[in-house]
Amino acid sequence: MINVNQIKKDFPIFQHDPSLVYLDSCATSLKPKQVIDKIVEYYSQYCANIMRGIYKISEKATEEYEDTRKVVAEFINAYKPEEIIFTRNTTESINLVAYALGRQIIDSDSEVITSIMEHHSNFIPWQQLAFENAALLKVIDVDEEGCLKNMDRLEQIVTKKTKILALTYVSNVFGTINPIKEIVRKAKKINPQIITVIDAAQAVPHFKVDVQNLGCDFLAFSSHKMFGPTGVGVLWGRYDLLEKMYPFQYGGEMIEEVTLEKSVFQKPPHKYEAGTPNIADVIAFKEAIFYLKQIGADNVRTHEKNLTYYALKRLNEELLGKIKIFGPRKADDRVGVISFSVSGVHPHDIAQFLDEKNIAIRAGYHCAMPLHFFLNEGATARVSFQVYNSEEDVDKLVEELKEAIRTF
Amino acid sequence: MSMYQDIILDHYRNPRNFGKLEKADHTVSVSNPLCGDKISMEIIEEGDIIHNIAFSGEGCAISKAAASMLTEYVKGKSKDELRKLDKSFIMEMLGLELSPNRIKCALLSWEALIKILSSTPLTAG
Ligand SMILES: Cc1ncc(COP(=O)(O)O)c(C=O)c1O
Repeated sequence: MINVNQIKKDFPIFQHDPSLVYLDSCATSLKPKQVIDKIVEYYSQYCANIMRGIYKISEKATEEYEDTRKVVAEFINAYKPEEIIFTRNTTESINLVAYALGRQIIDSDSEVITSIMEHHSNFIPWQQLAFENAALLKVIDVDEEGCLKNMDRLEQIVTKKTKILALTYVSNVFGTINPIKEIVRKAKKINPQIITVIDAAQAVPHFKVDVQNLGCDFLAFSSHKMFGPTGVGVLWGRYDLLEKMYPFQYGGEMIEEVTLEKSVFQKPPHKYEAGTPNIADVIAFKEAIFYLKQIGADNVRTHEKNLTYYALKRLNEELLGKIKIFGPRKADDRVGVISFSVSGVHPHDIAQFLDEKNIAIRAGYHCAMPLHFFLNEGATARVSFQVYNSEEDVDKLVEELKEAIRTF
Repeated sequence: MSMYQDIILDHYRNPRNFGKLEKADHTVSVSNPLCGDKISMEIIEEGDIIHNIAFSGEGCAISKAAASMLTEYVKGKSKDELRKLDKSFIMEMLGLELSPNRIKCALLSWEALIKILSSTPLTAG
């Protein structure tokens, strides 16, 4: 079980701002002291560039950096650390696949499949890839509970021409947990050549993700949504594919030999990490994973599910007729993310009104415009939970939402 | 200070000049890409004077109150005079300190006004 008061002590922001009710972890999580301390440790103790120094602090920095790769690999059960590529964020990870592999395999006869519930970062790269190559972009719909439609009839969507299937593991609007393992298995049965790209930005922070078990080819996520620093993303990829793909960027640290005529690239992962990377934040990222592991993935999930259940119950019962909640009805089918609209109160006003009570929530399209158009909704409001949230936070939210409804 | 002062809430709940005009001379619409809110604005002119003005569309309290107050101000003024209005006028009119994301809401109706003024020919002289 999670002791929220104890956990809050790990997050210095609550010492700085004790009354803060932070309900936007889906956008970025707060950071525990361990992570912040590690950043300071690098800058104050072994601040040096990596991979090239023949001196102690550079070797130490390189070791710390590469150590994070091992920790990440183990965390998502990769086959080996060399399958882990550090990027800036999920967005860059997905773009990397679209550029480095997509442009090799897509032609005008190909199909690319994604879904309407994607974050823009797992939608636009595929839309543009299809557009540039005159390929066909197919978009999977969602049903009224915010679940992917027709997944039991995947053969009507996936064909032998489908080169890429890019899906989110968890919707950042509905919180829906998609049956990715099942979908990947079925898609590969229809077309063994298909490349599956999974956006796990909202999955990894909330429950155990195992790439071997999922059977996908690529998986992308961001450090900053799982207690880690901003500016670090992960792309996990099957090693044989990483070997075949083109580099995404050219420059230092990604080559073995350069002559006037040609360059020989390093093996993955370094082939995809051109230039000086975000050393400090990659190093500190492993502390975020240690933190998550220390709490325990199952505890995180249980805590969040309980909070979601409690919030859905209170919102549905006490704001009946005034609030519209999107996504799965049951807390079991979603992570701790709830998007909603309140009749008569614009989402901007809800967010602003709550901010005046020091409750931070999100209002807007949540980087999912196609989904909002599909729902025929303008902007929506969204709350999301993490381990530092309690039922008390939900109580404050509900009371202030009632107050907002009275005010407007 | 709360952003939702009585005057803002009053204009939000009972927006002035809200609706459509019969026989409008000009109509424009603008939208806020952050939230998809749209405002349409219509005017009836008499020479250089804005004789009547109306706005419609959905929006947050800030955008609606700003539109309501702005249309009140605009009525009966000359276009020449109105072309001189800038963003700071809107901010003063609302009397609010707004964050960058909300400034967009506050300025939506002003953008519509500017658009309508530039879509109507300058009067001679
Ligand atoms: C589902 C999902 N995918 C991708 C992203 C993009 O993450 P980043 O901004 O770190 O690239 C987000 C973040 O909001 C997300 O929620």
